[in-house]
Amino acid sequence: MFENLSEKLDKAFKVLKGQGSISEINVAQTMKEIRKALISADVDYKTAKEFTATVKEKALGQEVLTTLKPGELLTKIMKDELAELMGSSSSELNLNSKPAIILVAGLQGSGKTTFCGKLAFFLKNNNKKSPLLVACDVYRPAAIDQISVLAEQVSAEVYKEIENKDPISISSNAVKYAKKNNHDVVIIDTAGRLAVDEAMMTEITNIKSSINPDEILFVVDSMTGQDAVNTAKAFNHRLDFNGVVLTKLDGDTRGGAALTIRSVVDKPIKFIGTSEKMEGLDIFHPDRMASRILGMGDVISLVERAQQQFDEQEARKIQKKIAKNTFGFDDFLKQIQQIKKMGNIKDLAGMIPGVGKAIKDVDIDDDAFKGIESIIYSMTPYERSNPNVLNGSRKKRIASGSGTNVQEINQLIKQFSQMGKMMKMMQGGGASKMMEMMKGNNLPRF
Amino acid sequence: MAFFDKIKNLFNNNDKVSSEESSQKQKKLEKSLEKTKTSLFNKITKTVVGKSKIDDNDLDDIEEILITSDIGVETSLKIIDRLEKRVEKDKYINSDELTDILKKEIEELLVVSKDITLEVDSVENVPYVIMVVGVNGVGKTTTIGKLAHKFKKAGLKVVLGAADTFRAAAVDQLVIWSERVGVDIVKQAMGSDPASVAFDTIQSAMSKNADVVIIDTAGRLHNKINLMNELSKIKNVMNKVVTNAPHDVLLVLDASTGQNAIEQAKQFSSVTQVNSLALTKLDGTAKGGVVIGISDQLQIPVRYIGVGEGMEDLQMFNKEDFVNTLFNN
Ligand SMILES: Nc1nc2c(ncn2[C@@H]2O[C@H](COP(=O)(O)OP(=O)(O)OP(=O)(O)O)[C@@H](O)[C@H]2O)c(=O)[nH]1
Ligand SMILES: Nc1nc2c(ncn2[C@@H]2O[C@H](COP(=O)(O)OP(=O)(O)O)[C@@H](O)[C@H]2O)c(=O)[nH]1
Ligand SMILES: [Mg+2]
Ligand SMILES: [Mg+2]
Repeated sequence: MFENLSEKLDKAFKVLKGQGSISEINVAQTMKEIRKALISADVDYKTAKEFTATVKEKALGQEVLTTLKPGELLTKIMKDELAELMGSSSSELNLNSKPAIILVAGLQGSGKTTFCGKLAFFLKNNNKKSPLLVACDVYRPAAIDQISVLAEQVSAEVYKEIENKDPISISSNAVKYAKKNNHDVVIIDTAGRLAVDEAMMTEITNIKSSINPDEILFVVDSMTGQDAVNTAKAFNHRLDFNGVVLTKLDGDTRGGAALTIRSVVDKPIKFIGTSEKMEGLDIFHPDRMASRILGMGDVISLVERAQQQFDEQEARKIQKKIAKNTFGFDDFLKQIQQIKKMGNIKDLAGMIPGVGKAIKDVDIDDDAFKGIESIIYSMTPYERSNPNVLNGSRKKRIASGSGTNVQEINQLIKQFSQMGKMMKMMQGGGASKMMEMMKGNNLPRF
Repeated sequence: MAFFDKIKNLFNNNDKVSSEESSQKQKKLEKSLEKTKTSLFNKITKTVVGKSKIDDNDLDDIEEILITSDIGVETSLKIIDRLEKRVEKDKYINSDELTDILKKEIEELLVVSKDITLEVDSVENVPYVIMVVGVNGVGKTTTIGKLAHKFKKAGLKVVLGAADTFRAAAVDQLVIWSERVGVDIVKQAMGSDPASVAFDTIQSAMSKNADVVIIDTAGRLHNKINLMNELSKIKNVMNKVVTNAPHDVLLVLDASTGQNAIEQAKQFSSVTQVNSLALTKLDGTAKGGVVIGISDQLQIPVRYIGVGEGMEDLQMFNKEDFVNTLFNN
């Protein structure tokens, strides 16, 4: 998956070959597309913004080694950054106490009960533990039956008090029971609750303070969208949990919630759920998750399209020329051609650095440029690079060559020089003057 | 637009705005330029009086509201496009007015449908059969309990079918709901064929002259082909007892689900022809905005919302209310 991404990003950056480093211009639009893709992968709005800002910062000015193409470099930066954000892969449980108490919490339907069963199975097999499952969901119909069935499936003992409706006393009774009966791990399943349900949040805080768990695990559905940020913050605020369990990753969600949660609460993701069956538990691999978030979907094709349409070197040259006052009609022509080359303008305009905003809402057909092009084509190379020499007789010649009249040529020259001034101003940082001109809208229309 | 207006902006994106002159006006301008640079949707900054274009501050706010409600990039773009067209024509004065227009535009993307209670009579001499589907843990069984309660209150005779024979204690869970509400249930042993449970349930309902049948199914992820095929098998079996059954395939979506819900809707629809949606867990902080895109793209109406775990916590979906909550923080 990752190879694929790198390859595609590289294609996207092929225009940069020989360029040597990643610059503001070539990275800005790419970042915008990456941000859209992150949001489509359910990464939280703010997290996506911050993430792209960080990547951009790290990417800017990076030297591109001869062995590493810019696309590879950017992919690497992104992936490293993602993997780093998602923490290291060592996220062991603290099982030192006897018994070690693990409290499991989360929203309704996130997969808590199933995870409890899986964890019991996992610890029996991998750590030679003798876990006790505790049924503290006293609300959901048949919740106690459900965990009892799972306990039987994994051959673990379950602690339940059918008549007791108080999860706080059930949990502390269970811990006593575990001590007496030589269970070295206690896994407490709790009812699903919404972060805004004050009574239920107080309940789980009380469970926590009465049994003092060694590990509190927050179980989240990997399909969660933008709400992950609210929920993770709220649960963390109340419980200060130790780790996260990400469930239902056997689906096809991109799992951006993983990134969101990591960046808002800074707690490790310890396990992932990969099936409904008891074997379906895995430890979390940050780099695999990074690839999952990045590697799927159409981010790459978007990036690719944006980048292919834009010739970085060309833009640089033009900027230099403007600075040196040598911007001529040939350069102007190139600009037009670049715009025309894009094909479906409406679709692509937004992706081209420097052009995007200006023409996003405009219908451009090739005809719009025809008059200008034919005038320029009728100029000699010398005239094109030295607009000042255009005198009356030259203009007459150009007019008959291009099937226009001198008046039209005058208008073009006037606008051309006005544009030159304007671009120079932009370069010099005179943005306010520039805006003044635009506001006044005193530019002639063509 | 004049050609030069297009060209003159060629470089303004790359330009670093220097702020030596620090007049208020310019600072504001820079701020909006800065905002535009980070804005997801490339739009024009235009300082035209009268506001036939949405200015960048508003646009940024709108973007944040739409995205954080899980509306998604694609549908958000569509909404903003529609909004811009409207504004071009009708112009707006201030942000409040813009928000009102925006709400209207979003509402137009939503398809709703009426209460099933009102459709039960559309079938004659046979029970109206509802099949409930969805991925794991979204609230199918709970929604069935709530629906049964609603129908019973409307004086209808209801039979539930416990066709989730897979998840631990799934049958027990539905049994408890049937007792809570006081309706009949048909079940078999755990692990038995769900299609056979569905078949039995409808037959039993026929003989009892019941008005409504609701079939619970096991949660399944839409990318699991075998499980999805099982679902179409369950569906096809119903047809053998009552032609045209199921009359309604209700897809349950969890409001906290992100963009994956679109894929869920697509896949479940292609296997079972989903004809309405229930959006659960709206009593939390999740907005459930992803249904806007689903409703718009797939033309599946949203029928019910779940607002709690009790049997009364089911409401008809109401466009205006739904859209209003997107804007309340
Ligand atoms: N707060 C809230 N919780 C809900 C709502 N609907 C369902 N739930 C809870 O969500 C959890 C899962 O609900 P179920 O009805 O078991 O979901 P399901 O889709 O049948 O689950 P599976 O059959 O396991 O796939 C339960 O704890 C329900 O009480 C709702 O509208 N609001
Ligand atoms: N496919 C899949 N389903 C899961 C996974 N974890 C839990 N589930 C299912 O999700 C649903 C809700 O799980 P449950 O443990 O009852 O959630 P709880 O309400 O948080 O206790 C059930 O149908 C489970 O079988 C997983 O990793 N993959
Ligand atoms: Mg549970
Ligand atoms: Mg169920």
